[in-house]
Amino acid sequence: MNRAVAELIEVERIYRMGAEKVHALDRVSFRVERGEYWSVMGASGSGKSTLLNVMGCLDRPTKGSYRLAERDTGVMDDDELSELRSRKLGFIFQSYNLIPQLDVLENIMVPLFYQDEPPVDGLERAESLARRTGLADRMRHKPSELSGGQQQRVAIARALVNDPELILADEATGNLDSQTAEEILDLFDELWREGKTLVFVTHETHVAARASHVLRMRDGQIEEIEVRERAKEIQGRPATEATC
Amino acid sequence: MKSSSFARALKTGVNSLLLHKLRSLLTTLGVLFGTASVISMLAIGEGASYEAQEQIKQLGSQNVILRSIKPPEDPNQGERTSRVIVYGLKDEDLKRIEETFPAVKQVVPIRQLHKEMSFRNRAMAARVQATRPLYQELTGRVVWEGRFITQEDERTLNTVCVLGTEVARYLFPLETSLGKRVKVGGDYFKVVGTLAPRVRLSDDPAVPGEDLTGEVFLPYETARKWYGKLQVKRRAGGRDMEEVDLHEIIIEVDHPENVTVVASAAREMLSRFHQKKDYEVVVPLELLLRAERTKEIFNIVLGSIAGISLLVGGIGIMNVMLATVTERTREIGIRRALGAKRRHIVMQFLVETVCLSVGGGLVGVAVGLLIPYIVQEAADMPTIVTPTAPILAFGISAGVGVLFGIYPAWRAADMDPVEALRHE
Repeated sequence: MNRAVAELIEVERIYRMGAEKVHALDRVSFRVERGEYWSVMGASGSGKSTLLNVMGCLDRPTKGSYRLAERDTGVMDDDELSELRSRKLGFIFQSYNLIPQLDVLENIMVPLFYQDEPPVDGLERAESLARRTGLADRMRHKPSELSGGQQQRVAIARALVNDPELILADEATGNLDSQTAEEILDLFDELWREGKTLVFVTHETHVAARASHVLRMRDGQIEEIEVRERAKEIQGRPATEATC
Repeated sequence: MKSSSFARALKTGVNSLLLHKLRSLLTTLGVLFGTASVISMLAIGEGASYEAQEQIKQLGSQNVILRSIKPPEDPNQGERTSRVIVYGLKDEDLKRIEETFPAVKQVVPIRQLHKEMSFRNRAMAARVQATRPLYQELTGRVVWEGRFITQEDERTLNTVCVLGTEVARYLFPLETSLGKRVKVGGDYFKVVGTLAPRVRLSDDPAVPGEDLTGEVFLPYETARKWYGKLQVKRRAGGRDMEEVDLHEIIIEVDHPENVTVVASAAREMLSRFHQKKDYEVVVPLELLLRAERTKEIFNIVLGSIAGISLLVGGIGIMNVMLATVTERTREIGIRRALGAKRRHIVMQFLVETVCLSVGGGLVGVAVGLLIPYIVQEAADMPTIVTPTAPILAFGISAGVGVLFGIYPAWRAADMDPVEALRHE
């Protein structure tokens, strides 16, 4: 069995809306192993976003435990969770969420700024990622000067700059036209083939079709987990370390 | 790494401020004017009290000065063409002070004569003072040329005089006055010395008759012999005759602590022997203390006004920063999601606030140094910028930035990242 990147055990997340309790997540358990490409599907209100927030250490489970990179997040304080986000996680949002006053390279480097010991080669990393995501001639542009697809490429480069254990994407192609969306999805495929671990929240079946695992949510519970044909590709990969 | 993260916070902060140039500028104005008003108000207050204090100091802080005052005219006397008014300090008063007062070091009597000073074809009205040699020491006057009156002059009734600066300048515009014979009223006196000016003197020569600041000093005994006690003043429709023994008595007290004792003793003695209040007791030390107290109150009032304007400036900054934090909620959410710790967010917004207030403070110091200069040139009011004022003002403005920046920064850092990301 491969090493678990993210592991949820009986995770519950309960919101209080006045007197009423809402189970956004209800006893959710699964594990994401290194090199897997998960797609989380479900209707709106099914708990996908909450799941992503918990996996991204932005939200804490009300009950149950969440382990990221083999560390229990339940015992960590706010600073430790922040450090974990800046080192182990890459976020890609539907609305890109770049910082408007920073240029492309600066935006890519933001997660490094907040590490306790930032790497010295941050700028080189950012430049090579910008080149790789096809932004070589846009490095000093502000987000407002870029198209939607280009902005999402910046966001992907930003999610890769800290060499994360887990990349979380929330409807990453939702705001893009179909052709640009395909390009972005191809980029995700490429990352996955390199051995990255991805969790991709979407409601489009053709997007989910690219994943190795599809997790369907309903009313805060896991409806089913489908292991697809593509999962076999992971087994044959030399980069993954087998621990079983 | 700490310093580089601070440098980055500074750069980010300045960039965000430059994104809204007009807003940042308007926000700093409050602190700018607050700082400027602290400095200029203190400078003006300091300048105003300095001149008053200098004048009092020249009277001598260890002295008690008794002066004759012409009492209000008695209406019963009616309109008469000529009369003799007798008032003021008596020779007996001087004797009593010299013989019975404790703690007295020296006593100097002064008689004033209103005479016309003339040399060849130039003439001016002057305040001629007959006094003893000790006068110079007691009042701290500085001899410019020649010498002051001596014991020898007193003993031998020398007809010598010492000129004040104005008189010397007016009567002898081109040559030295030393050794010349000048006319005091109708009599010739030889000039043996001149005195340095008291306060700063304007460059123009004194205009005669404008005011009687021109001083001339004669030996006490000589003046007594030559002019007696009676003085005649011409006025419309007749003459006034005044008989005054002494116009002024300066008492030097042996120790500053005894000044008030001597002053009250003098007051008591004079009230016993004078029916009419034809004298006054001036105590420079009391005046000085009063002036210092006034200055303190003045400074507190001015300082509080300026301090309030700084406070208002700080509140303005806080208001804008709270709006900025709300406006940038999403950015805060993004940064938190990407790994920013609470302290990073606090730092980011605190740096912005401090930049605003320090920027406003720096310009405010410049403006604050400029205003006293303009006031001095335009309104001819003396101003003194003490080195502590700009430092104090700048320190307060920087402090205001930190103080009023903490709350907005804390608000920003305390946001729930999930909520912040969902913002609009």
